[in-house]
Amino acid sequence: MGIIERFAKTAAVDSAPVNLSRRRVLQGAGGLVLGVYLSPFESAQATAQQAPGEYAANAFVRIGSDNRVTVIAKHLEMGQGTYTGLATLLAEELDADWSQVQVEGAPADAKRYGNTLLGGIQGTGGSNAMANAHEQMRRAGASARAMLVSAAAQRWQVDPAQISVSNGVVQHAASRRKASFGELAEAAAQQPVPAQVRLKEPSQFKLIGKQKLSRRDSHDKTDGSARFTQDVQLPGMLVAVVAHPPRFGARLKSFDDAAAKAIKGVVDVVRFEGDAKRFSGVAVLAHNTWIARQGRDALKLEWDESAAMSVGSAELMAQYRSLADQAGTVARQEGDAAAALAQAVKTVQADYEFPYLSHAAMEPLNCVVHIQEDGCQIYNGEQFQTFDQAGVARLLNLPPEKVQITQLYAGGSFGRRANPNGDYVLEAAEIARNAAAQGHRVPIKMVWTREEDTRAGYYRPLFLHRVRAGLDAQNRILAWQQRAVGQSIMSGTPLAGLVKNGIDGASVEGILAAYAAANVQVELHSPVNGVPVQWWRSVGHTHTAFATESMIDELAAAAGQDPYQFRRGLLAQSPRHLGVLDLAAQKAGWGKPLKAGAGVKRGRGIAVHESFNSFVAQVVEVSLKNGQLKVDRVVCAVDCGLAINPDVIHAQMEGGIGFALTAALYSAITVDKGAVQQRNFDGYPMLRMNEMPKVEVHIVPSAAPPTGVGEPGVPPLAPALANAIFAASGQRIRKLPIASQLST
Amino acid sequence: MVKLSINGKPQQFDGDPNMPLLWFLRDELSLTGTKYGCGMALCGACTVHLDGQAIRACITPVAAAAGKDVRTIEALQQDPVGKRVQEAWRKLDVVQCGYCQSGQMMSATALLKQTPQPSDAQIDAAMSGNICRCATYQRIRAAIHDASQPAKA
Repeated sequence: MGIIERFAKTAAVDSAPVNLSRRRVLQGAGGLVLGVYLSPFESAQATAQQAPGEYAANAFVRIGSDNRVTVIAKHLEMGQGTYTGLATLLAEELDADWSQVQVEGAPADAKRYGNTLLGGIQGTGGSNAMANAHEQMRRAGASARAMLVSAAAQRWQVDPAQISVSNGVVQHAASRRKASFGELAEAAAQQPVPAQVRLKEPSQFKLIGKQKLSRRDSHDKTDGSARFTQDVQLPGMLVAVVAHPPRFGARLKSFDDAAAKAIKGVVDVVRFEGDAKRFSGVAVLAHNTWIARQGRDALKLEWDESAAMSVGSAELMAQYRSLADQAGTVARQEGDAAAALAQAVKTVQADYEFPYLSHAAMEPLNCVVHIQEDGCQIYNGEQFQTFDQAGVARLLNLPPEKVQITQLYAGGSFGRRANPNGDYVLEAAEIARNAAAQGHRVPIKMVWTREEDTRAGYYRPLFLHRVRAGLDAQNRILAWQQRAVGQSIMSGTPLAGLVKNGIDGASVEGILAAYAAANVQVELHSPVNGVPVQWWRSVGHTHTAFATESMIDELAAAAGQDPYQFRRGLLAQSPRHLGVLDLAAQKAGWGKPLKAGAGVKRGRGIAVHESFNSFVAQVVEVSLKNGQLKVDRVVCAVDCGLAINPDVIHAQMEGGIGFALTAALYSAITVDKGAVQQRNFDGYPMLRMNEMPKVEVHIVPSAAPPTGVGEPGVPPLAPALANAIFAASGQRIRKLPIASQLST
Repeated sequence: MVKLSINGKPQQFDGDPNMPLLWFLRDELSLTGTKYGCGMALCGACTVHLDGQAIRACITPVAAAAGKDVRTIEALQQDPVGKRVQEAWRKLDVVQCGYCQSGQMMSATALLKQTPQPSDAQIDAAMSGNICRCATYQRIRAAIHDASQPAKA
């Protein structure tokens, strides 16, 4: 049984909002620590009596006598604004003053900090932090507020119903008495936890939905004090700089570390073995990163390449094209697409091709592991606590609770720090274990250089989508036939149980989406090869949205229709798609001619896509001059349900658009004979300031439950851009990155 | 022995004079606000000021800073222009993951000291050496304009 199944069995959580019928108060020194017992099973087994041991304390807020409200964030802050979002929800119901609110990352403890939308495991992903935590955090805030109120009522001997709370002040108007949270914290901790709390009506919100609520992580990220894994410094700590094999599948045969050890400051050299999912290699230990790197470069390494991957991206894509000639495993079937295609009035066929992509977060991968006498302490920007805790516990032969994780900021991740195989965390733990065996029982900070980060895996998989579609006489989609070819990101990982009937949902999610089509057949090939693959910001939607939204555009052209109006016709039954599509088109001035100077071709493209239960449409405007592309403007409309932090939503759309634009224009990890050819930002370039288009973001007002914004801004950009290039020049982009494909 | 001034304090280093300044700041002085991103002056995350000029600490040997004045993000608020940059960054909530932002702010401050009211083209020229993987560029541009000196009457 894989980890995911085991967690699903032991900690399966109903995705309905959590109930808080079991609670307790944890008394902290000099303040109120609100712990909330919650039963994951309650909504399913409301009448069953649960033994206390089956419930976990779920602590989300600490109020200090210094008047500080500390929100405990169960999700990793990697730039997406989740600390601000979680704090907004809790502070709203607490009626705290925003300036007294700070945020702290939660420790690894799935019983308290499990993600209700990830089967109860503790982890951050799928853009679901707000969706899984919004009611939980609000209830925690409301409970803390009620206890402050009863403490005040007791102290002042007044009716709690006459007490109000606003901006961190508890007041009894009639007697003109008031107290700060800090003054009441200790007494509040003695109060019984309310059996029921009433949450605010949206009309009562003071923080949720407020246009500008300052990010809780702005201050320490602008004075150098924010602590990332890279910044951890501990007494006795050694830095480990590693050497990985040059090709996937190669293993360390032998090494000569004499020259490395001769460098002043190199403390020791440690071998690590890895396993099928990780590299073997060598780490050089020193007190200083530079010296460790000098030592790493001085190693003489011999690799066993007998089992190394022999092919590369070009051979794989050729193989994928052949696979697309053959029937695959059926992922979706409605009607008879093959027969319907033969009846179609117009048909269009296209192959869409996608390269491997690296996450390339600004903070290269790293992890600090300190093996102690009775356990292990990890310091990390940790995205997948449950998996990494379990993996390290297995490696070190410890019970999972003896593996503690101190949460830090992550300097980006885009999915990379949530590796189901725990590759980099396990590597750090193994280096620390082997260092301890060699006499260095000290904190080990493993750091990958940028070059290791670029070439040592894991990647968004190489993909091919072959789509054949046909229209009837009324230009409706009569048939849609699609073959997707690409590695599964779940197979061979502890998440393999999520592959159902041979279909990895992450390979086909988002195909065709909400578009009305009479006959649909989607098939999947999931070839296996040696390139390590993983989710990458917006996962399967990174390629399926491009294939779908490009083909829809091709069909619109075949039908001789306006691509916006063509989409409207096919989305009549999907009001939320239509809502963002219309808003983006309207704000962009769809249909109004674009002014173009001499020798410049201009065009607009549109795309709409749902991912992670959020709906995003984008209109891209481009200029083309002698084959030179300039992206002038992107207009974005988003419907993510209740907008908790509008400014964070804006920021995530702006950033998601820039991130997606980098991939669309430039990004390709290419493999040759099992070796990644890129090393640093010269070979794997990033969008820069001068290339960033003007981005305008519009939020569809909604009272629906909140959904995510970290990923959904990414998928529509590349197809909207390709469609804009088509509108400007008539050239269809069917392969990413666009790079040098543009004709002059 | 290399002697230099860092954030107004005299410092000395007696290790390998070829070691990049970045690692002296981070690993020896615990000034970890200056970040490692690429090690090849490709991303700008390590940008600091050397005698007021924005430089990449990841390729600048400690020896090249001998006798000079180094300023890092930790001292940004002591500088009047730096303080305005910091305030603008906070006002507009520029940061996302934040890892590149020390370098962005050091580059922006150097730009504003030379060109108090930069045009968009001047911002592009000065800031294109600083990568932001979260693509906060639109807000960086707005924050630089926000921090630029008001026109003299």
